[in-house]
Amino acid sequence: MGKNLVGNHIRKLRFNHDEMTQQQLADKVGVTRQTIVALEKGNYSPSLELAFRIAHAFNLPLEEVFFYGENTK
Amino acid sequence: MTYQEKKSIVLLISTILIFVSYCLYMYPGYPKEGLELNETFRFWGSFVLILTIVSIVAHIIISIIFNIIYRITTREREPSFADELDQLIELKAHRNSFFVFIIGFLLAMGSLVLFQPSQVMFIILIFSGFLSDVTGSVTKLYHYRRGV
Repeated sequence: MGKNLVGNHIRKLRFNHDEMTQQQLADKVGVTRQTIVALEKGNYSPSLELAFRIAHAFNLPLEEVFFYGENTK
Repeated sequence: MTYQEKKSIVLLISTILIFVSYCLYMYPGYPKEGLELNETFRFWGSFVLILTIVSIVAHIIISIIFNIIYRITTREREPSFADELDQLIELKAHRNSFFVFIIGFLLAMGSLVLFQPSQVMFIILIFSGFLSDVTGSVTKLYHYRRGV
């Protein structure tokens, strides 16, 4: 299985938001912790709806949480 | 290892164990050559029906025991719902499982075309059902470990 081209800064953002746990984020956006783990590992590209929910959970625009291709930050 | 990965492994092992032990249990009653066609059909009909019921009941019991052990050992509750990743993996598992069963079904029909005994057809059908079940579990495990 090739790595997904959609990357994210979820791990970093969780850390910056009072060290939010994976379970807390999962509860906030309505998925299981397994899905957050898969997202952080880059093993899963979320649906657009889930991507927006995660961005809203961090009060950030979508493009500050997710990126396409190589990480430039 | 996550809950879903552990559950896929448990499901895979239990599927194999249930099928193998049930086959060993039913083997003494295997219809001998020259038995009436009705009797042969009756044997295989009951084989499939009982296997289906036994599998469902055993899977429910194993699932309950697994959840209890999971809660005790990890002090975590199992996920109470299936999110989009679970549904996607479930779909992929069903697709592969269905594909394997269809190949088995076609082989079973092919055996009839080639004038093989009806028992061969039943054995291929039952074995392809088992293989499709295993394929579903392996697909789930693969995607939970390696991603989608």
